[in-house]
Amino acid sequence: MRLKLVRDETNFDFLGFWRIAGAFSIAAMIASIAVFLTMGLNFGIDFRGGVTIEARTEGTADLGQIRGIVGDLDLGDVSVQEFGKPEDVLIQVEVQQGDGDVQQAVVAAVKVALDDQIANIEYRRVEVVGPKVSGELIEAGVTAILLAIAAVLFYIYIRFEWQFSVGAVAALIHDVVLTIGIFSVLQLEFNLSIIAALLTIVGYSLNDTVVVFDRVRENLRRFKTKVLIDVLNLSINETLSRTIMTSVTTLIALLSLYFLGGEVIRGFTFGMIWGVIVGTYSSVFVATVVLKRLGVKRDWSKPDPEGPAGVQFGSADAP
Amino acid sequence: MLYFAPWKKALVIILCLLGMTFAAPNIWYDDADEAGLAREQIAKLEKVGLPIDPTLVEQAARWPDFLPASVVNLGLDLRGGAHLLVEVNIEEVQAERMISLVAEARSALRGGGVRKYTQLRASEDNVSVRITNEADLPEAVRILRGLAQPVVNANFGTSAPDLTVVEGDDQRISLTLSEDAKVSLTDRTMAQSLEIVRRRIDEAGTREPTIQRQGERRILIQVPGLGSAEELLELLGQTAKLSFHMVDSQTSDVTRAPGPGNIIYPDTDNPQTGYIVERRALVSGEQLEDAQPGFDPQTGEAVVNFRFDTAGARKFGKATSENVGRPFAVVLDGEVITAPVIREPILSGSGQISGSFTVESAGRLAILLRAGALPASLTVLEQRTVGPGLGADSIAAGEIATVIAFIAVLVFMFLSYGKFGMFANIALIINVAMIMGVLSAIGATLTLPGIAGIVLTIGMAVDANVLIFERIREELRRANGVARAIETGYERAFSAIIDANVTTFIAALILFAMGSGPVKGFAVTLGVGILTSVFTAVMVTRLIVATWYDRARPKELEV
Repeated sequence: MRLKLVRDETNFDFLGFWRIAGAFSIAAMIASIAVFLTMGLNFGIDFRGGVTIEARTEGTADLGQIRGIVGDLDLGDVSVQEFGKPEDVLIQVEVQQGDGDVQQAVVAAVKVALDDQIANIEYRRVEVVGPKVSGELIEAGVTAILLAIAAVLFYIYIRFEWQFSVGAVAALIHDVVLTIGIFSVLQLEFNLSIIAALLTIVGYSLNDTVVVFDRVRENLRRFKTKVLIDVLNLSINETLSRTIMTSVTTLIALLSLYFLGGEVIRGFTFGMIWGVIVGTYSSVFVATVVLKRLGVKRDWSKPDPEGPAGVQFGSADAP
Repeated sequence: MLYFAPWKKALVIILCLLGMTFAAPNIWYDDADEAGLAREQIAKLEKVGLPIDPTLVEQAARWPDFLPASVVNLGLDLRGGAHLLVEVNIEEVQAERMISLVAEARSALRGGGVRKYTQLRASEDNVSVRITNEADLPEAVRILRGLAQPVVNANFGTSAPDLTVVEGDDQRISLTLSEDAKVSLTDRTMAQSLEIVRRRIDEAGTREPTIQRQGERRILIQVPGLGSAEELLELLGQTAKLSFHMVDSQTSDVTRAPGPGNIIYPDTDNPQTGYIVERRALVSGEQLEDAQPGFDPQTGEAVVNFRFDTAGARKFGKATSENVGRPFAVVLDGEVITAPVIREPILSGSGQISGSFTVESAGRLAILLRAGALPASLTVLEQRTVGPGLGADSIAAGEIATVIAFIAVLVFMFLSYGKFGMFANIALIINVAMIMGVLSAIGATLTLPGIAGIVLTIGMAVDANVLIFERIREELRRANGVARAIETGYERAFSAIIDANVTTFIAALILFAMGSGPVKGFAVTLGVGILTSVFTAVMVTRLIVATWYDRARPKELEV
């Protein structure tokens, strides 16, 4: 007996509701952008500069007391919150005017004040990012995501056709925008590791999209007279079992990380889990809808652009 | 497809074994790590022909010597440690160069007979002067051009003057450093700074620091194990320029004009007052041979004992003999630490600096003096410190998450694909071993996001097999016969596998290129994971399936 998440042969009319799916995706993206513009992101110190101190106290931490102690130092915006466990506290202090050494002084001042009032406090992590570096980190993060999207656009253009490339990138942008949206809505801390998560989402979502596209390409060759929408539906249905299987195994791994991997990477794994869900949705509904709207070149067989090399990649016509 | 050439079979098996061999040390991490370090030391000692400590041999024996002993390096976020990004303030060196250029220009103009000029002065990046007589102008330009030294362009190997001399309006001449000279000044300053930072950290007895130049003018310092970065910051917070000057007089107004050839330095303990001292130093810190913390036998105070090198001792001896009864100032980073009166000539070349030191600050100053002065001050741009407690927790959490994820995926694959699921599971286990093996062999650093990368790979690695198995199922439904179905399954799935993995690999490459620290660690494990997972999914499972098929020859198949 086998565990089957998807029946052997499915025949869902995915593209049948392309209007609804399209409208839904566009609405979600607009909502994400709107939330991002109004609420902004809760940038971590990587991008904002400032000081983060993770400390552990004996027994449950008295957040009010700590807030008072650090607040009295007159360091501007200070946030004190529980971090994973009741005895762990995360203290964040906004970036101070002036260069690096001023930020270092903040750490010393906070530590002295806390040591003075709270016995046996243990500093588990201290991070200080000056305004100069935080600016560069934002720039590097944005460049990385744009570069990744451009590189992928190019790769798919070479391996497929430009319409596929546009479809894949539309799906990617959809995923990135929605991920930024959820971080904005929930006001989760957005730091360097979230950029890493975004890039991995880009990779994952593509992975999914490419598998669907690969099948579309194959079916376009096999059923030369079939209407495009039917070819797309067939391809999605044929790969559906795989799409679900892979998403589920990846989610299993990610959920394990989310619940057991510790507080430090929780934001990162949350981003990934969200990305896998959104990415799976987008490769079924966004990428293919774009493909349907743009239309594709149907006659793949005659001047095969890949020549004999295509055989090597298993893209030969059906026997 | 189901036929494997013997050499191919052998190659796949050898690669798997190799991966596992390199991964093995990580299972007995401490033993292998110790043995590896001992091996390195022994090799070093053998090279220079020094005797080898038997404890080292014993340590090396903790791991069989025919096996590789390199383990995955743990990142600072896992083992605890400090990460510091500092910027070298090169402008200071440039400004110093400009000040000395003023003196050079003055004597060159005088020597060349151009006497009438005004406003000869240095700014941060240039020196300018106004020549009073227009007739002297060409001659002045010629003289000032003569001050330039050749500097080599690092890219082209050509030589060019280090100064750009430009004639401006109103009979002004300005001297600036040429671009080549600036590059060479930056490189020299950076090389010196790196060296001094390394010496200071070594002197403080820190194990395995990483110190590297980053970008044009930055230094990245990573020190494992250190509980707090403060110790490190104190070591780097001072340039530690030491010099000895004769004192002219004391003053309570540090802003007054000190008079020609003199300069005012404030008192460390009481910065409102200061000392007017001769600008020219008697001896400078570069001529120190040794410095050690100690105690004054009479007062019991913490002091720093120092010794000059031969040339320094001679100079200091001469100066002290000539100035018995007068005070001299010990100046550190532009502040007077102490200004004792010379009671007798100091000919031995050694002496003692006393001030208001604590035992720690005396110890630190001794380290700084031994290591030498930094050419320019450092500004800390970024600091990240992880305590050993959090590091250990992160490792534990990472391990649990990995094991659970692993088991869950294995079970899920078995439930979904039965026998073939088991094949994929064997490949997955080999895959994780190979990731660890490759990471150990290339000396990569494993960070917490890196562990996440491995877990993610576990989830995604089965993707290739899922693609293949789903395809085989489809082919079976088309009633193509078992062998044919397996063959076409592999064949057809291949292009999707390649395309899907190349795109993810592109993302990993970009992450690697753009990311820093932990994020880079994630990119490395993700990238390595993609390579090994394609290999294990395509080659290893196929080998297993082919071997199984050869024996079983099933007429029917359920995947």
